[in-house]
Amino acid sequence: MNNQPNNDLKSRLLADFRTSEERMNGASKSALHQIRREALNQFDRLGFPTVKHEEWKYTNVNSLIKEVFEFNAPSAITLEDLAQLESSQLNGNVLYFVNGQYQPQLSKIVSPADQLSITTLAEAVKNTPDLLNQYFAKYADFQDNAFTALNTAFASEGVVIHVPAHTTVEAPTILRFISDARQMNVASQPRNLFIVDQNAEVKVAESFRTLGDQASFTNVVTEIVVAEDARMEYYKIQNESDMAYHIGTTQVYQQDRSHFYSATVTLDGGFIRNNLNIALDGSNCEAHMYGLYFPNGRQHIDNHTLVDHRKPNSHSNELYKGILEDRSTGVFNGKIFVRQDAQKTNAYQSCKNVVLSNDATMNTKPQLEIFADDVKCSHGTTTGKLNEEALFYLQSRGIPKTEAQSLLMFAFAEDVIKKIKIDPLREQLERRIQAKLAR
Amino acid sequence: MLTISNLQASIGSKEILKGINLEVKPGEVHAIMGPNGSGKSTLASVLAGREDYDVTGGSVLFEGKDLLEMAPENRAAEGIFLAFQYPVEIPGVSTTNFLKTAMNEIRKYRGQDPLDAVQFLKLMKEKMKLVNIDQSLLSRSLNEGFSGGEKKRNEIFQMAMLEPKLAILDETDSGLDIDALRIVAEGVNQLRSPERATIVVTHYQRLLDYIVPDYVHVLYKGRIVKSGPKELAFELEEKGYDWIKAEVETV
Repeated sequence: MNNQPNNDLKSRLLADFRTSEERMNGASKSALHQIRREALNQFDRLGFPTVKHEEWKYTNVNSLIKEVFEFNAPSAITLEDLAQLESSQLNGNVLYFVNGQYQPQLSKIVSPADQLSITTLAEAVKNTPDLLNQYFAKYADFQDNAFTALNTAFASEGVVIHVPAHTTVEAPTILRFISDARQMNVASQPRNLFIVDQNAEVKVAESFRTLGDQASFTNVVTEIVVAEDARMEYYKIQNESDMAYHIGTTQVYQQDRSHFYSATVTLDGGFIRNNLNIALDGSNCEAHMYGLYFPNGRQHIDNHTLVDHRKPNSHSNELYKGILEDRSTGVFNGKIFVRQDAQKTNAYQSCKNVVLSNDATMNTKPQLEIFADDVKCSHGTTTGKLNEEALFYLQSRGIPKTEAQSLLMFAFAEDVIKKIKIDPLREQLERRIQAKLAR
Repeated sequence: MLTISNLQASIGSKEILKGINLEVKPGEVHAIMGPNGSGKSTLASVLAGREDYDVTGGSVLFEGKDLLEMAPENRAAEGIFLAFQYPVEIPGVSTTNFLKTAMNEIRKYRGQDPLDAVQFLKLMKEKMKLVNIDQSLLSRSLNEGFSGGEKKRNEIFQMAMLEPKLAILDETDSGLDIDALRIVAEGVNQLRSPERATIVVTHYQRLLDYIVPDYVHVLYKGRIVKSGPKELAFELEEKGYDWIKAEVETV
């Protein structure tokens, strides 16, 4: 008779929220908290999605919501622990978060404060409330997405980056989110906000890693505003464990003549769902989206992208590539929306997959919804096996089959990886891909 | 060097080679001619180790070793080279990079040290002249967007780099104009030596004006039905294949 078990993830989260609210006293009246409360109510109404939901047809969160996680668990992480992750050594701003909590002792900020304002969300709540009131939760819609609603309700830590107008930030910034799952199941909900003001330029990467074999759950939301004439490069890199659950939404808002370049690279992770939503709310914008996913074992990697052309004369270009091994599954769902006002839109989308095992599955769904009449749009998806002709060609020149296969797959992946303009990051990814191919 | 005895091969349930016998000695050039569908390209593919074909009978010995037991890469390392009729386009892999990998894999098989970058480049420069191929072409993705002539020149360039003991040219003349044909043939001729042998698979006699064979074999319906000196090629050019077909049918 127990149809509504009170020990499931949803009930526990609702209870946690009320407990934390009671401890807030006066802060619960703040505008920010009103948004959190609204988001919580929305999460309560929506509940976790089931496979009956069109957007979650191939990605079943059932096993996730059965797990019990410790949110924001303490971690005694050391530099030696970090060393075993073999992260790229970056000459730039590096911010570490472990189980959702900022680690100032591991982090470094090298960019001068007049070039780049970079703070944690917790600091921003205290120091720059006006900035938050202007931007926070204004872009990532929590009306339809339970996970975004959940993240918004619990938003307490993450990174707020503000690049002032007419500023080119030379040093790249990398945000390292680590789930320390060595002792217990852990969960975190990072919340990031990047504002690139008029004619400014910045490169930011988000990296997600796991330590340990217990389950982890990361529910991340990043909101990005690229103002007039601004340029941003954004990379999301995932190397998580087979026991990791990751649900992420990156919500981008572009204004006139802005350029946004992104690469989403998922080399490992048990259960991954990435949403990349770009609203082109300006003319003469460019949005470039690249993606690479390389699941093996029973990993599941789902990429949903949405490009919303709202104004005329903008250009979007998308290339996602997948290599699937063993019993893994992949999902690509790419939606292009061209509104009636968005005349002279150019929108291209391509998704190419190589399935290396008979037991692996790839689901692709391109969707174009076009309401303007003068547009150029195209999309295409291919899913196939490794090119046997190419393999034989390389073998006939003396290259052993496994090497030949690696060579072909690396070339396939490099098409996306070469788009990453932070050299140490790209080189590290190339090494990891080589290593995964050589297994 | 190469001894093919009663070689039979099929694709699916279709029998294509029905008992091929051929002996190739070092220094010799053999031309395999025949009408379309006679099994010429199948023979070339089976020798190189293409998996699409099932060898259903017979044997192939290369320098005394059982060739049919070897993976394609080991055949290459033993010294066999197939110049493809349709070289494959491989995006993202440059000729230079791929060839360096190939050479060093072959050297590893033979117990030799790998070539370093300087040695490799020196060798490459030397061989590039042989087929008049441009450096920029070799830095590009393998065969991607190459013209027919460029692809075939790239095949001969690779052959020059790998210095095989036995080269098999599969319809290397197809799709080439006369100038490209001459360049390709010159490349092949410069590689001729008393130690090396070549099998030229072709439909037309014109390539044999430039690469002069020691022997000509006519393949028809999966068998070698006639063998002779180079003059046989002229006869075929003059009279076509019909008289051979007629001769076979009456037997």
